[in-house]
Amino acid sequence: MRILRRNLTAYGFLCAALFCFTVFAWYPMVREFVLSFQRTDLINPPEWVGLDNFKAAVADPAFGEAWLNTVEFTVLALLCGYAAPFAVALVLNELRHARAYLRFVVYLPVMLPPIVAVLLFRWFYDPGPGLFNQILDFLHLPTLAWLDSSSTALVSLVIVSTWMNMGSATLIYLAALQNIPPELYEAAELDGAGILKRIRHVTIPQTRLILLLMLMLQIVATMQVFIEPYMLTGGGPENATVSVAYLMYQFAFSQMNYGQAGALGMMLMLALLVFAAVQLRTTREDQA
Amino acid sequence: MRRSTGLVLVTALGLSATACGSGESPQPAASGGAADVTITVACQPARTAPQDRKAWDEDVAAFMKAHPGVTVKSTDQQPCFDPKTFGPKLAGGQMETVFVVPMTNYDDVIAQGQALDITRYTSSVKNWNDLRPDHRELLTKDGKVYGVPNVHYSVGLVYNRALFAKAGLDPNTPPRTWAEVREAAKKIAGLGAGHIGYGEYSGGNTGGWHFTQALYGRGGDILTADGKKAAFNSPEGKAVLQTLHDMRWVDNSMGGKLLVGWESLMMAMGSGKVGMMLGAPDVVTDVVTKFKGNVDDYGITGFPEAKASLSGGEAYMINPKATPEQAKAGMEWIDFRFNTVGKGRFDFARGKAIGNPVGVPDNAVYGDSPTGKALQEERVKNASLPVENYQTYVDAAATIPPKAEPPHAQELYAILDVPMSGVLSRKDASVDELLANAETKANAMLAAKG
Repeated sequence: MRILRRNLTAYGFLCAALFCFTVFAWYPMVREFVLSFQRTDLINPPEWVGLDNFKAAVADPAFGEAWLNTVEFTVLALLCGYAAPFAVALVLNELRHARAYLRFVVYLPVMLPPIVAVLLFRWFYDPGPGLFNQILDFLHLPTLAWLDSSSTALVSLVIVSTWMNMGSATLIYLAALQNIPPELYEAAELDGAGILKRIRHVTIPQTRLILLLMLMLQIVATMQVFIEPYMLTGGGPENATVSVAYLMYQFAFSQMNYGQAGALGMMLMLALLVFAAVQLRTTREDQA
Repeated sequence: MRRSTGLVLVTALGLSATACGSGESPQPAASGGAADVTITVACQPARTAPQDRKAWDEDVAAFMKAHPGVTVKSTDQQPCFDPKTFGPKLAGGQMETVFVVPMTNYDDVIAQGQALDITRYTSSVKNWNDLRPDHRELLTKDGKVYGVPNVHYSVGLVYNRALFAKAGLDPNTPPRTWAEVREAAKKIAGLGAGHIGYGEYSGGNTGGWHFTQALYGRGGDILTADGKKAAFNSPEGKAVLQTLHDMRWVDNSMGGKLLVGWESLMMAMGSGKVGMMLGAPDVVTDVVTKFKGNVDDYGITGFPEAKASLSGGEAYMINPKATPEQAKAGMEWIDFRFNTVGKGRFDFARGKAIGNPVGVPDNAVYGDSPTGKALQEERVKNASLPVENYQTYVDAAATIPPKAEPPHAQELYAILDVPMSGVLSRKDASVDELLANAETKANAMLAAKG
């Protein structure tokens, strides 16, 4: 009882957090699960339709393209967005001067509301006066259609996404790097290890857990890409940027088919759960 | 992570709101008299339009004075109809007693029981019989009426008169054929960098929507008569796409940038560098009031070579949860604010006094009925902009039959975005292939819908 009283404040905070999670995270998820098996207009009593919503979602003409685009986006985002922040963090960690200033510069994009960042890139990508084509033109290189061609649109969205999320990832990596005991580097240096060997034999093993965690988080985040196609391309050209989350939005708010949107959401969640399970298993093995 | 969390939250909050309470309830009856009633009404102008908002508030006060016992509360959500919040608001009891629905959504809203059967209240709208029968028909299912038509428009060719003059074209003789549109677009694009001769949508379902407009104009159809198969892979459909492809890649008259949704093309029109686009007269109103276009620069003319024109518009509906007293008061509000010559939105003298662009023929919901004629007289009498810029449209629109949107419009528009963006983004795009692929997808979608 005394222990309980001593920790009362902590329990208070815990209850508040649990309440918020239940109301704003778990309850909607359960509702969405139920909804995916119902046909509803949100007014009349819903009708149970079994797997009809799932079948209709799979039968949608954009279903296959949406998944392919999402996987492609995720892979590209991993190639750019996973390695780049780690490399930047390594550089920042090594710097002796202007470290605080550069950290601020790297983190700055995170402080911009996503909508502002996306609108900024809309101007960057403008095929006429846009910044990127002006630079290419200045360098006497051929200009690109960026968002206006089905061959470059998805990559253009990956660049936006990487830029927007780079700051937080870099800071997390930096924190992990700064937790590595300096003695390990000193020992490696005494053994004659150069910078690449130090990274390979000290940095990467010491940050393995955080690298795995970030990999999982990034897969989960990028597979839910929505704002970029919604704001910049409307899913086009030629459906090249329709993502699963964007298709879900179309089902719910263009077609007012909430059950079908719920079914697609469930499919996306199942796919993400697979990654989460793999990550948990890998982490557990690593800790064992 | 945060992106999708927001999306899920919006959806979930809306959906979970089903558990919450219902809308406004009538107040207890005053002793011996009729029940006091409170109604909520949508579409109050935003605070950023203070003059329009003031006019609205004056109308609310005047209505309440004329209808003792009725309290009107306004909501200023902009746009009035938001598909993202419509269903959840209705389910959560947050939807206004009187709300607006665009024509594209009539069928869904009515079929899903989200609008009240107002058959017994239509007499509250004094000019009910003058409203266009074809529009009343769109709101009637199985003999029951579900809404009051509020806006009607048909498609024309919106053009920038100032650019026409600058390009050496006569603004008073705008194009009447697609060949003339193409020639004019080339000349306007020839004015130099940044000039777009002809603007067109390519995504966010607006590409498919405008494909449908252009197809109807050429006499084509989206679906077969029984609505079970796609019919757009036709000579008319091919002509629409081939013309756009050639304007984009042969004439270079459509600019080098895809205009994805409504806002991007409106912004481009407002910038004064787009020569022409398909659109209704309300495009001019939006370009002027929302995108800083110069009202004297714009005109609208007849839909080139049109055999039919896609109908557009909106209607007011009553919340299905409204009590009979609320429904009656709501209908009286609709009559007072939206359907009385010289009052509410048809108080053109007040509109002119507060600086609104009066004179654009952007609403033919009363057609050429006595009410329609009276409205037209009032509009011209109080015009604050050059009505002659719109006369060719008015003359042409009267001769072009309106045509309704196809069933499953949004699904079809999403499918048709693909060929539209295809011809506008790829020089080597094959019109035949794009249409054949879209046809396969549309047929599969229609088969799945049964």
